[in-house]
Amino acid sequence: MSAPNPTPERDVILKTVGITKRFGAVVALRGIDMELRRGEVLGLVGDNGAGKSTFVKILTGFHPPDAGKIYLEGKEVSFNSVSDARRHGIETVYQDLALVPQLTVTQNLFLNRELTSLGRMGWLSNRKMRRLAREYLQGIKVNVPDIDAEAESLSGGQRQAIAVARATRQNAKILLLDEPLAAMGARESALIVDLVKDLAQNQGMSMIVIDHNYAHLFELCDRVNIIQQGRVAYDRSVNDTSLEDLTELMVSEYRRQLLEGQTQLDK
Amino acid sequence: MAQASLTTPAAPAPPHRAERGLSASTLIRTIVQRREATVVAVTLGVIIYFGIASSAFFTTANIITIAQYIAAIAVIGAGEVLILVLAEIDLSAGQVYLTSPWFMYLLWHAGMPLGWAIALTLVFCIIIGLINGVVTVWLNVPSLIVTLGMTYALFGLVLVESNAIQVNTPGATGRFGWAFGIGSWSTILWALGILTIGWVILKRTRFGLHITATGGNLLGAAEAGVPVRRIKVYCFMIISLASGFIGILDAIRIQSMNPGNTGLDIVLPGIVAAVVGGTALTGGRGTIVGTAIGAIFLGVLEDGFNLIGVSANWFYLAEGVVILIAMVANTQLTSLAARLRR
Ligand SMILES: Nc1ncnc2c1ncn2[C@@H]1O[C@H](COP(=O)(O)OP(=O)(O)OP(=O)(O)O)[C@@H](O)[C@H]1O
Ligand SMILES: [Mg+2]
Repeated sequence: MSAPNPTPERDVILKTVGITKRFGAVVALRGIDMELRRGEVLGLVGDNGAGKSTFVKILTGFHPPDAGKIYLEGKEVSFNSVSDARRHGIETVYQDLALVPQLTVTQNLFLNRELTSLGRMGWLSNRKMRRLAREYLQGIKVNVPDIDAEAESLSGGQRQAIAVARATRQNAKILLLDEPLAAMGARESALIVDLVKDLAQNQGMSMIVIDHNYAHLFELCDRVNIIQQGRVAYDRSVNDTSLEDLTELMVSEYRRQLLEGQTQLDK
Repeated sequence: MAQASLTTPAAPAPPHRAERGLSASTLIRTIVQRREATVVAVTLGVIIYFGIASSAFFTTANIITIAQYIAAIAVIGAGEVLILVLAEIDLSAGQVYLTSPWFMYLLWHAGMPLGWAIALTLVFCIIIGLINGVVTVWLNVPSLIVTLGMTYALFGLVLVESNAIQVNTPGATGRFGWAFGIGSWSTILWALGILTIGWVILKRTRFGLHITATGGNLLGAAEAGVPVRRIKVYCFMIISLASGFIGILDAIRIQSMNPGNTGLDIVLPGIVAAVVGGTALTGGRGTIVGTAIGAIFLGVLEDGFNLIGVSANWFYLAEGVVILIAMVANTQLTSLAARLRR
């Protein structure tokens, strides 16, 4: 279950112990123990409904966990809101992207972090936000037809790029990416993969990446955790695991369940 | 870094607004693409029609009549824009409009100076909005039902407190009275001020942006950390405050209060003004400018039918048909604008 060589505490930027979460009758997480090291890219894989997104939403302060502890740089934290987690340097690309269709690219990029004058609820500094949005998107080579276009009018991949850009713009300590490449074509994926790699290698950003595409995971990640039935079932370094091994681990669990079902039917 | 980029080379970016030529066709395009375009056209149409059909239409007295009639519709409609953008609805705004002068009257009757009675009444209106919002947001009851319940409760409250007997509004005199409803242009000027504030809030402030975000994608806005529940509650408080305030002005202007008036008759034109003006019922999109024009449309219609002597029996039928035609024109033109945008 745990990593082959225990990591020195100071190298661990984020650690969770026994995170559980249930939604009514559905138990989504049964005790997630996870360690994310400084500058590391950690992949999370698991079947649909395994609880990956729920885990991410607990780390972003969106869901409060039922039980369990979160340690950020060795200190126990509990996030009482998304803004709270953001203040601690946690940025997220949600699986549903969390974009507002009726808002422009710029407005989505700055959503809930708008630049204002005259106080917090005050006057929007639209011109400045548009300039910064254009500069940032050009800087990371993400091109959208128009930064004043409503998100609704963008393609699925473009929308995803905006969601990724919103999270990477912040110089976060920890970046959580929940299936960031799902709607993207090969070229666009390559762009985002390069961006993410650059942030990890050159800026030392730590990341958790969820992706059903193992090829992406092998390209991006240092380590992979397999989540099954609300727990971390396997923890593997990418260097001593092959794509086949990973597939085998995933499928063997499925076979075991099938067999279990079979034996129960036989009884 | 890869050389890949997310542009689609085949589809060049549209030129920036400043770079666009000012040919007649782009002008038409720009006008058609504004969400308020249809309601402006339709309203101009009815104004011209009634102007020709009745010589009394373009007189100062008649324009004042229209202005006084539409002030409340416009203010309540503007409040509904905030609520509709949130993908909620407030049916109680009309009853708040009727109830607040009663509250003021009771306080005044109990010996409070009128100014204080008005101030306290406005607090009472804010609390009604707070209740609407809290029950909707935290107890998860659809706002349609919450505010309908509030409408009946307030109507009942007025009947009980008034013994169902009509009273005269406390006489507001002097400059104070002139400013608070007596002056011919008083209510419409207040309405203009309130609409301007509403427009500024929705278009220019962070709070307004968060209203759109909340209504456009409730879950997504919450995931981005927008305090969606608080935003909703604030908006219910704002519409109650605005409706209660304009209700006081109208009661002072009309100088009497009839406990039998029902709030739905007042809130529905406000909602119609908002929707005819281009505000979506599905959330995320709303226009206060359009609502103001929608209110003018309804006011002109009501007034014009009166002037040309459409009998009371035909009145609602005619009004209903015209509203439906306006809405059909609206949706058709919207999809035309969407096609032009491509
Ligand atoms: N807000 C919610 N209310 C009720 N149940 C929920 C909620 N969110 C998640 N669940 C349930 O929790 C379980 C885990 O869901 P989750 O979205 O975390 O899975 P996932 O691993 O991200 O799956 P996928 O690969 O399909 O994205 C599922 O059974 C889901 O139905
Ligand atoms: Mg998921």
